[in-house]
Amino acid sequence: MSYLEYNVKYVPTGPRKLLYLNWPLTLLLVAVASIGFLMLYSVAGGSIERWAQPQMKRFAVGFLAMIFVAMVPIWFWRNVSALAYGVSLILLLAVELFGEVGMGAQRWINLGFMRLQPSELMKITLVMFLAAYYDWLPLKKISHPLWVAIPVLLILVPTLLVLRQPDLGTAILLLTGGGALMFMAGVHWAYFAAVITAAIGLVAAVFQSRGTSWQLLKDYQFRRIDTFLDPAADPLKAGYHITQSKIALGSGGWTGRGFMQGTQSRLNFLPEKHTDFIFTTLSEEFGFIGAAALLLLYTLVIVFCVASALSNTNRYGSLLTLGVTVAFFLFFFVNMAMVMGLIPVVGVPLPLVSYGGSAMLVLMVAFGLVQSAHVHKPR
Amino acid sequence: MRKTNTEKLTSQSLISRRALLVGGVQAALVGVLGARMHYLQVQESDQFRFLAEENRIKVSLIPPARGEVFDRVGRSLAQNVPSYRITITRENAGDVEETLARLGKLISLDPNLLQEARSQLEKRRGDTQITIADKISWQELTRVAANAPALPGVEPQVALSRHYPLGADFTHVIGYVGPVSDYDLGRIENPDPLLTLPRFQIGKTGLEARQEEDLRGKAGTLRVEVNASGREVRELSRVEGNPGADIQLTVDHMLQNYCQARLGEESAAAVVIDCNTGDLLAIASSPAFDPNLFVNGISVSDYTGLIEDDHRPLVSKSVQGTYPPGSTFKMVTALAALEAGIVSAEDSFRCKGHLEVYSQKFGCWKRSGHGNVGLVRALRESCDVYFYELALETGIERISQMARRLGIGVRHDIPMSAVAQGLAPTKDWKRSVRGADWVIGDSVNASIGQGFVLASPLQLAVMTARLATGREVTPRLIKRLNGIEQPSGAGAPLGLNENHLRQIRRGMYEVVNHSSGTARASRILSKDKLMAGKTGTSQVISRRVKCDEVPWRQRDHALFVNYAPYDAPQIAVSVVVEHGCGGSTTAAPIARDITLQALYGDDPPLSEYPERDRGRIDSQQRKLRALRPPADGNTTGRGA
Repeated sequence: MSYLEYNVKYVPTGPRKLLYLNWPLTLLLVAVASIGFLMLYSVAGGSIERWAQPQMKRFAVGFLAMIFVAMVPIWFWRNVSALAYGVSLILLLAVELFGEVGMGAQRWINLGFMRLQPSELMKITLVMFLAAYYDWLPLKKISHPLWVAIPVLLILVPTLLVLRQPDLGTAILLLTGGGALMFMAGVHWAYFAAVITAAIGLVAAVFQSRGTSWQLLKDYQFRRIDTFLDPAADPLKAGYHITQSKIALGSGGWTGRGFMQGTQSRLNFLPEKHTDFIFTTLSEEFGFIGAAALLLLYTLVIVFCVASALSNTNRYGSLLTLGVTVAFFLFFFVNMAMVMGLIPVVGVPLPLVSYGGSAMLVLMVAFGLVQSAHVHKPR
Repeated sequence: MRKTNTEKLTSQSLISRRALLVGGVQAALVGVLGARMHYLQVQESDQFRFLAEENRIKVSLIPPARGEVFDRVGRSLAQNVPSYRITITRENAGDVEETLARLGKLISLDPNLLQEARSQLEKRRGDTQITIADKISWQELTRVAANAPALPGVEPQVALSRHYPLGADFTHVIGYVGPVSDYDLGRIENPDPLLTLPRFQIGKTGLEARQEEDLRGKAGTLRVEVNASGREVRELSRVEGNPGADIQLTVDHMLQNYCQARLGEESAAAVVIDCNTGDLLAIASSPAFDPNLFVNGISVSDYTGLIEDDHRPLVSKSVQGTYPPGSTFKMVTALAALEAGIVSAEDSFRCKGHLEVYSQKFGCWKRSGHGNVGLVRALRESCDVYFYELALETGIERISQMARRLGIGVRHDIPMSAVAQGLAPTKDWKRSVRGADWVIGDSVNASIGQGFVLASPLQLAVMTARLATGREVTPRLIKRLNGIEQPSGAGAPLGLNENHLRQIRRGMYEVVNHSSGTARASRILSKDKLMAGKTGTSQVISRRVKCDEVPWRQRDHALFVNYAPYDAPQIAVSVVVEHGCGGSTTAAPIARDITLQALYGDDPPLSEYPERDRGRIDSQQRKLRALRPPADGNTTGRGA
């Protein structure tokens, strides 16, 4: 596909591209990440070296990666989508075969200079490939069963691989994100109605399978569901996470206990306080105002992304932006809902805030794609 | 593949619609998040903040030091001594078995406690201290402390435990403490949280139990901030408690020791009371046992031994034991008759060895009879018939009323376990309790302290003190509580006719000092220390053979009460020897020895004893001296 095919009136070139970046979005990302630095400083008990500094370095690397990705024309990314997806899938398989086991789950692959989580990579490349697929597919065929089956396979294969690791959180993200992208691309709504009905059946089957030889979830996953349904039943073991995180959140009140004053996090009552449960520390120390402010920032990120997508007449760029947006939304929704006890505990970090290298890098690259679509959209 | 412009436009509008739909769903979900946030952080905030505080702060109690107990001269009777134990914390111990093996080489470990500790180590949280050796010596403790680097997670602990330095001498008075049992907790409404502390000791019997509230003191509290693993981060506040109140008893430890030693292996009790103040100078019961056994956890064989002993060492007979007072009750009958104006001291009755009442024969102990007897002689020679006659005239109501005035059949509230009320029977009592009418024979029996009448050694001593002074002497066991002098038991005059009392006292004087007195063999020689007393022999069962020919259990109880000196009473004494056969032969010599000890404050000179007894008394004194507690350096004098 050539440059002229887009029938664009004007596309910035060279350093001028920087002026056409989605600057409100960029600033929002920096703001969210800064909240993360602050919270990592606080949960480390006032130590900047422990978590905040490495996180800043990663964000800096991620930020440069975003700018770099944004500068590359969007059609290039479209053309490598299939390749990127393929590489991710191979890496996932590699993890299955030679991956290191960390935290009881096979998630990492050691590249020598960094430990990569291919499931993180897959979150982006799946969106890329699906967007490219629907960009390529004529609108007439979009709801044809054969042409629906292909993306379904593209989603299910990595999902099942991730589920095998096991990483329920990422599996849900892949499934829901991919499904949402198919929906936005215009696949007939009847398919979704059918899938949702089937999903309800599946949930029933999962619960039926418990204790039998064909048990579909690991025991600890069942226990997490039990715990979610009744956290008080086992407050010292599995229910501990939810109970303590709700206490931390609730004790924040309107304005919170003040920076570095949260007793729940400072005294280690909170589990994984610097990763998945960092939102509780924010809520405890800055109260409802702090928590709502972060939620507002996240919402604004979504709003600016959706606005960019809707103003983009390039189908690939538009779908890609929407896909990243949905993935980003799922990230923070699942994490916040989890720590607030709305859904069971699944290991999903709070995007841009939780401590963690590959999640941060992948997310910044994804926003790089969003920026690239924004910069190179037909004007 | 190329796309037409129209196709592109359709796809674009489809994306827009679907994107807005998804956006709407997202907005709704963000709304849910916000609402949940508001619910948790604003609406339910107070509750969660409370839970966070509860999480964070651990309140622990600082156990107060238990009040100590001293005798009237300041000798320590119950004290707190450091008790050493060794604990282990699993998460610090590394290889627990290896550590335990090393510890086993240093000190001997009790296999039972070790087994218990092992099961605790598996069950309890890793940071819980679990006791693996208890009540170890200071040497063992230092050995463990010196090897601390090789024993990770092992910690020597020091706590206070109760110790009774004089052992068995005071066991019936002070009792003992022990760990709080579920039974104890069940009995107390709203128990002090202190009681739930592991190893906390409370009074189980005697003074320790009765004065528990005073002795226990108030717990201090320690608020510490803890982290999620329960480890203390810092101390937030400390409120010191109040140690328990010290108690000083009226009892003299040397006299108490003498009484216990003098009673020896008999199943017996002795009480010495100060006639003028009511102070209990000694309140002995034998056999006794070492209360420290109970504090440290008594062995099953020791406990069975105590339970199965037919001399009942666990019973404090001086206050819990009630006995038919026998002839020691005759003063009550006589005084009741005199006060009622029925007889005068000069009136006499004829004793022909028995009295027939409605064709029932009541015998005198002297089958041949005493002939004509007046009051003084009747007491002196303990003529039963004389008192039968008085009872027939006076009636049981007046006799029992006099008994209660003199302290029999009323509970004297001293802080010891199960203080008995005794019994001064009345017609109403018999009807309601026994369901039968009072018959004249009951009065006849009661007149000589048989039948229904029951008195404890304490009551007999109180009776004697009241007869000696004419005042309502009330026994007092606690001299000072928390440094505050307790009210004296001197009491108000009883309002008895002094002339009548003088006649009774004269009779009691002659019991000991007259040539035909029943206790003449137990007299004191010094003119200024003469005793006045009364023997008593109360039947356990009716029998016709000599006392020492029947099994121990069927023998008569031997009693003796006395006061001294006769002309200026200082102390009153009662002695009861269960199944001791004769008041004059068994109880009176003991009472005499105790009286002399109390009056001299030490072993009396042998010149106080009749010449032919001196050799025997001398060797007895030497024997009992060996049982005295060693001087403790703090207290030297004796203050009887």
